[in-house]
Amino acid sequence: MSRYLLRFSVLGYLALVLLVPVGFVFYRAFDQGAAHAWHAVTTPEALHALWLTLLIAAIAVPVNTIVGVILALALVRGRFAGRGLLNAVVDLPLAISPVIVGLGLVLLYGRGGWLGGLADDGVKILFALPGMVLATMFVSMPFVVREVVPVLREIGTEQEQAAETLGAAPFQVFRRITFPAIRGAVAYGVVLTTARAIGEFGAVSAVSGNVEGQTQTLPLYVKAQFDGFDTSGAYAASVVLALIAIAVVVSLRILQPKEH
Amino acid sequence: MASNAVAVERAAGAGWSRAGGGLARGVALTYLSLVVLLPLAALAWSARSGGLAAFWHEATEPEAVAALKLTLGLAAVCALVNAIAGTATAWVLVRDGFPGKGLVDAVIDLPFALPTIVAGLTLLALYGPGSPFGVDVAFTRFGILLALLFVTLPFVVRAVQPVLLELDEEMEEAAASLGARPFAVFRRIVFPNLLPAVLSGVALAFARAVGEFGAVVLISGNIPFKTEVSSVYIFGQLQSGNGSGAAAVSVLLLAISLGALLAIGGFRRWRTRWDRV
Repeated sequence: MSRYLLRFSVLGYLALVLLVPVGFVFYRAFDQGAAHAWHAVTTPEALHALWLTLLIAAIAVPVNTIVGVILALALVRGRFAGRGLLNAVVDLPLAISPVIVGLGLVLLYGRGGWLGGLADDGVKILFALPGMVLATMFVSMPFVVREVVPVLREIGTEQEQAAETLGAAPFQVFRRITFPAIRGAVAYGVVLTTARAIGEFGAVSAVSGNVEGQTQTLPLYVKAQFDGFDTSGAYAASVVLALIAIAVVVSLRILQPKEH
Repeated sequence: MASNAVAVERAAGAGWSRAGGGLARGVALTYLSLVVLLPLAALAWSARSGGLAAFWHEATEPEAVAALKLTLGLAAVCALVNAIAGTATAWVLVRDGFPGKGLVDAVIDLPFALPTIVAGLTLLALYGPGSPFGVDVAFTRFGILLALLFVTLPFVVRAVQPVLLELDEEMEEAAASLGARPFAVFRRIVFPNLLPAVLSGVALAFARAVGEFGAVVLISGNIPFKTEVSSVYIFGQLQSGNGSGAAAVSVLLLAISLGALLAIGGFRRWRTRWDRV
């Protein structure tokens, strides 16, 4: 009896907080018909926002993946002073408000900031693509590292050692031994990084300037349409983002390690 | 044996740094410094640029203090609800069986994948003015809590689930066969084993709730002294050109939330200190 009570309380909670709200996005987007929704997401502004969102992710995700793997190797295999500190710094983006991330970038690259002179030299960081990429990189940095570190710990170094004694060069060891072992974890981390990069709102909106058709990503577009009372546009763009989110969840399922 | 393993690991570490590894590590650390540390340093610098008195004045503006109190209070409530609901969810997903369980398990990750602004938009439509359920919690603290619960839902579930999977049911059966009631079994056997995982999930949920912006900004209505959380206050100060004021509040908020995280981590280590003996 108490088992059913617990089960239905949990399912009820999940339904109210999670499932019904996500389902409602689809309902609201299509309640005026699919053609209307399609029209709303194919305006030039919406398409540009989608393109910009994907472009930012296409820069931030590969960089964070490569750096993430190197950082994970350094954290697990490296022996150097300040490793504990490095570990803490890698987790920092998870504990900092995205708005504070954006604020830090504005204060660094804005007028009077340490690197504020770059704008005078014609290198536009704020209210332009570089600032938005930097903000996205910051918030999506920890995911690959966090996924790869436990796997590196678990596989140990015996195989790498064996390959090395057989004369393999370090990069060969990485390519033939280490990488195949962490591939699954890297893929999982990449999916999480991508999800965060596509969905980021607070940090990007602080640095973007939010100019329609120029520096507006899809999440910013959703907010702008809502503020401008174009709710059907906001919901149609939300559906695109929700579909990406569902694709992410499905990928996570497929990539999940077998023992779970 | 153990020291041998350490020696082997050391040798491999040396191998990595011998060629290329050192350079790659240098590049990665430089990236981390430029992308993560430099903006934070600029933030701290800007917060103290007017002197300590100015910092304190900016950080303790009545509106900022009200926002800070609201943020920390809501994050604490959110963490507490997650501790209970998250553990219960993990329990149902691991120990219970019902059709569609795999699907429920999969959708737990949705808040990680769904952009926060979309979450805020749909929660406002569903539980705000014109709600199909006839409830309107828009522009109230409960509305903000709802948004925070949405975005933090996976943390405790995903932290507790693997531990629960590993947990041997024999201990619980032994306790039950010795006459312990279900609640006693949970309190004396299951709960102590789950506590470290619950606490790490709670810490992540708390940190996320303190900083959340996208999901909250629409449903909160941002009424100063009532429903304005710190992240929204900071954003507002930044928009109105008061960067140093925004920085002062940010530094204070960061200090408090990192302090809370350290405290939770410390409590966790204290509770689990026997495990490492």
